[in-house]
Amino acid sequence: MPAPATLPPSGLSGLNPGWSRLIDVAESGTSGDVTHGWHLLDNGPELDALGVIPVGTILCVHGNPTWSYLWRSLLAAASEAAASGAPAWRVIAVDQLNMGFSERTTDFRPLARRVQDLDDLTDALDLAGPVIALGHDWGGVVSLGWAVEHPELLAGVMLLNTAVHQPAGDKIPAPLRLALGRGILGPATVATPAFLATTLALAHPPLSSEIKRGFRAPYLTSARRSGIGGFVADIPVALAHESRPELDRIAESVRTLAVPTLLLWGPRDPIFSDRYLDDLVDRMPHARVHRFEGAGHLLAEDVDYAAAALLWLGDAVVKSPLDASESESESESESASVAPSEAAWDAAGTHPLWHYLDELQDSDETALVDMQPTPRTVSWRLLSLRVRQLAAGLVHIGVKPGDRVSLLVPPSADLTAVLYACVRIGAIVVVADAGLGLAGLTRAVRGARPDFVIGAAPGLLAARALGWPGRKISVAGFVPPMARLLGVEHTLAELISLGQARLSAGDALPAQPAPTDAAAVLFTSGSTGPAKGVVYTHGQLSAVSRALFLQYGVGVGTGLVAGFAPFALLGPALGARSVTPDMDVTAPKTLTASAVAAAVDAIDATVVFLSPAALVNVVATAQALTPADHAALAGVQRFLSAGAPISESLLAQAAALMPQATAHTPYGMTEGLLMADITLEGIRAAAAGVAESNTVPAVANDGESVPAPPATATPAATPTANPAGGVCVGGSTATTRIRISALDASGASVGELTEEADVTGEIVVSAPHVKDRYDRLWLTERASRRGAVAGERWHRTGDVGHLDGAGRLWVEGRMPHVIVTANGVVTPVGPEQRIETLPDVFRAAFVGVGPLGTQQQVAVLETVPPARRVHRAPEKLAAAVRSMVGTPVAAVLVVPGLPTDIRHNSKIDRSRLSRWATGVLSGGRWTKP
Amino acid sequence: MRVLVTGASGFLGRAVAARISAAGHEVRTFQRRPSGVPGVEDVHGSITMPADTPYAGLAYAVSGRDAVVHLAAKVSLAGDPAAFEAVNVGGTRTVLQAAQDAGVSRFVYISSPSVAHAGSSIMGSEALPAAPEQARGDYARTKARAELLALAADAPGFSVVAVRPHLVWGPGDTQLIDRIVDRARHGRLPLLGRGAALIDTTYVDNAASAIHAALDAASSVHGQSYVITNGEPRPIAELLAGICGAANVAAPAWRVPASAARAAGSLIEAIWRTRPGTDEPPMTRFLAEQLSTAHWFDQRRTRADLAWTPEVSLDEGFARLAAHYRQTP
Repeated sequence: MPAPATLPPSGLSGLNPGWSRLIDVAESGTSGDVTHGWHLLDNGPELDALGVIPVGTILCVHGNPTWSYLWRSLLAAASEAAASGAPAWRVIAVDQLNMGFSERTTDFRPLARRVQDLDDLTDALDLAGPVIALGHDWGGVVSLGWAVEHPELLAGVMLLNTAVHQPAGDKIPAPLRLALGRGILGPATVATPAFLATTLALAHPPLSSEIKRGFRAPYLTSARRSGIGGFVADIPVALAHESRPELDRIAESVRTLAVPTLLLWGPRDPIFSDRYLDDLVDRMPHARVHRFEGAGHLLAEDVDYAAAALLWLGDAVVKSPLDASESESESESESASVAPSEAAWDAAGTHPLWHYLDELQDSDETALVDMQPTPRTVSWRLLSLRVRQLAAGLVHIGVKPGDRVSLLVPPSADLTAVLYACVRIGAIVVVADAGLGLAGLTRAVRGARPDFVIGAAPGLLAARALGWPGRKISVAGFVPPMARLLGVEHTLAELISLGQARLSAGDALPAQPAPTDAAAVLFTSGSTGPAKGVVYTHGQLSAVSRALFLQYGVGVGTGLVAGFAPFALLGPALGARSVTPDMDVTAPKTLTASAVAAAVDAIDATVVFLSPAALVNVVATAQALTPADHAALAGVQRFLSAGAPISESLLAQAAALMPQATAHTPYGMTEGLLMADITLEGIRAAAAGVAESNTVPAVANDGESVPAPPATATPAATPTANPAGGVCVGGSTATTRIRISALDASGASVGELTEEADVTGEIVVSAPHVKDRYDRLWLTERASRRGAVAGERWHRTGDVGHLDGAGRLWVEGRMPHVIVTANGVVTPVGPEQRIETLPDVFRAAFVGVGPLGTQQQVAVLETVPPARRVHRAPEKLAAAVRSMVGTPVAAVLVVPGLPTDIRHNSKIDRSRLSRWATGVLSGGRWTKP
Repeated sequence: MRVLVTGASGFLGRAVAARISAAGHEVRTFQRRPSGVPGVEDVHGSITMPADTPYAGLAYAVSGRDAVVHLAAKVSLAGDPAAFEAVNVGGTRTVLQAAQDAGVSRFVYISSPSVAHAGSSIMGSEALPAAPEQARGDYARTKARAELLALAADAPGFSVVAVRPHLVWGPGDTQLIDRIVDRARHGRLPLLGRGAALIDTTYVDNAASAIHAALDAASSVHGQSYVITNGEPRPIAELLAGICGAANVAAPAWRVPASAARAAGSLIEAIWRTRPGTDEPPMTRFLAEQLSTAHWFDQRRTRADLAWTPEVSLDEGFARLAAHYRQTP
């Protein structure tokens, strides 16, 4: 039933009635007497009233079954930004015909007609460039269809969960199959509001009833919903569908788009899953991508996409001078942004990761030893051969350069061989730690979208059970039924024989990847939010090896006990022989002192790398060491605890087991391994320096330390040289520069990068071995580079600290854990260290409660002996804590255990404690943190 | 400056009159009883009588004054609603009118944080506008209405500022401290909930100096409300322990669930209404909420605008309280 375009009813939440306008548009291809009425939202009049000239227009096209209401926050944000003096963007959001409050025509409008409709509209609007095409869902297809036809106007493309391609052989997404069944099509989408309701239910968190009312407003009767059914019927599922040629035309034309492109994606989308994102990235490899972990199909409702969009437009299209350098940083101009120091290293002779595998391919010296199930020795000759065989085998089954291969294999000779085979042929290895837990691992693997998964049985079972993407390759052989059950296509043994056949036939391995090609995606621990994928290039991974060589002398002939995964894998790249000790890598606490001694003995190791969690058990099981074990350990020259900070006493106890060894602990993160390093002696020297000083603790304000003890403070002997305190992690490693971005009074790290001593701020690092970028996290990546120096690769660590006069770095906590009081900024580690000097305190966490800017300081303690239940600290203990801290402490609480991250069991979750303390101290329920 | 302080026979009023007088101002006081403050001129009378009542005293008290600090109020947890209305609302209207008639240029109204907050916990909140319709109990409701009256009277040449000290205490306080100590001494002071709710309080000297600062700053901060506290919230149990420790009595050892106390408070309050007397009910819903939920405030605007910081810390306050109890057990 035809119906003219109308204005929306008043009072819809978030919708400014002043944005709405109606326009009659002549339909092209007719004799000119057919016109259709459109409803659209337009902030143009608002901008006129402000007296600003727009820098361009964002043309927004909604999908099905939504309407221009979807874009209300972008209109509001754009007008607000314009009012505040930022570049003004005009936003025009249309209601497609038969949708929203636009006209209900009598006819069915297939895709090609809809693209033409939009073209007719922009003609009628006399739309001038530059135009940014923005679309969601099937509106993305229409938007792209318009975009490829208007290169003269087009300045950029933004897309939210959409797709331009439905592979012929692929199954249709389940929710759509439901709607497509003939019998269901009418009832589900038109006769009842069920399809609309289903779509609105996809929001995370759920939409408020007010917003739902806004989305439903144009679709209250079945006659009003006719367009929804039409749209669903137009989804070109089958090759023969009438809209299929138009869809294919658009999908192919998209490859020619060279304008800046931003893809914002909600992965929790049952319709447009990550594979469609992959397809879009394949067509538009220059696109910036941000996947909002936890968000879904209604991304526009789930996250602040408007802020992201305007931020990106400022960078990519307006190109404010501040951000010009950042937009160069990613892949397309990789070679241009290599830091000077990296270039210097290149000149000194950089090695690709497989350099020694080639150089030592005829050597019968030991390359690797596997300690489990029984010790197995692998020579360089064998390792080199296996790597070449596997590389050729992988090529044979279709692994191409740039393909992603997820490795779910425990540290072992198998893992090493597969890893080097993958990187040799230019495949990108995806490495996620089992310590993430199954849920975290699933998110990580899904997010990385591997083309292949190579796994041992547990990894493959998880992959099968949780529907992880990618073709499956098994480390071990399975009986055929099991292999089918797990969806395993190949085993490593098959790959080796396939590869050998190719090599024997004279097929050469493919060309070596370039230093600027991506080599690996490593996942962060997830102790600070959802695990993030971190991309390293070949050049950067080689630089990590180089840093290990420079810092610890690991090189050709060195024997290395590799108990810490990221470094362990680099043994062959350094020409070192390495051994994986007998341990369950998913439970580092299972490593015993005897197992370490056996590993050392197996390869005459002089260097030992361990994780802090493993170290605790090694020290605890030291009494089982035999005289022979002790003799073996006495040969160790360097010993390293990497992954998280550990106490001086634990490091000292471990060092005592290796009396000839220098004990080191590095500072770094997944995004920048090995940024600084300190020895046990260095830790002791720093502690001695602290003890000598006797300054009064004070709060840092505007990055300066202000000696302003409050009236209540008793100027106790304070155990720190710098008022802010912190853990000394040593000086920067040879190729690293560390600078500080000072905190302002609100706790934001806004200071210019500085190397000045005693300035508290965010720790910012630069090195040839710092990450290339975050994977599909454009916003995160942008934030991590904020304020970077043009032409250098800097990474904001999210850690807070300061440099001292000797250039040593002191870590004071994490950025989100900074306490912002009315008197300035307080960092947690210093007070925690001072509290932990009390004999009754085992471990302390120092957190803020209340609004930023007027937060109160709260100490949460684990006591000696441990408390059985949560309680307020007794008067004496509370007084002792207050006198140690110096600044006003509102409350002192005692708990049986502080919450820590799963992976390291050492990083205290202060954010969670802060929320808990806020509840308890507001008079709320008395729970455990 | 020539200043009139109303309600100067009360605990805070006395401290305010003494503070302003000590700063060199000429202070007159107005209340029913002698203020006991040396060096000030006491005028006796009641603010519930119309200002122009012959010999009522208010017209005289306010004559020739540059400023008025209005503290006189009915402060109580229970009582006749009409009496709250007459003293807190009617009395404030009368004093405002008298001050305007006398050509006073500064008017500091002493209010309470309870005028803007009802029931739920307050963690670092700013001073919100007074909201009589949401206020809990007759005291808070009438104080809220009076604050709105006072701020509405703000005009060029008549600078009105509202100051809201939170839980004023100190040596000689019969309203709060003596009652706590008395109940603790008799083993009748329970701890509500776990006693962990963070409560900020105001040592009396700090309240007085803040009011003095508001008087000085009135011409630049007029029309606004400021919450005043020590800015040192502590768990309520620690505060009670500090007070009891100063008085050398045992701190509360037994607990009452906060929800039970609130319910009991409502019931007792209702019974007390039907049985009017001069004594206070042992527990009211208002008091139960005050003592079992967090009450602390953002002090940044207060301190910046009034150019004021507390002089006496919480711990120093407890020390002074202890000294007081040693002298007058």
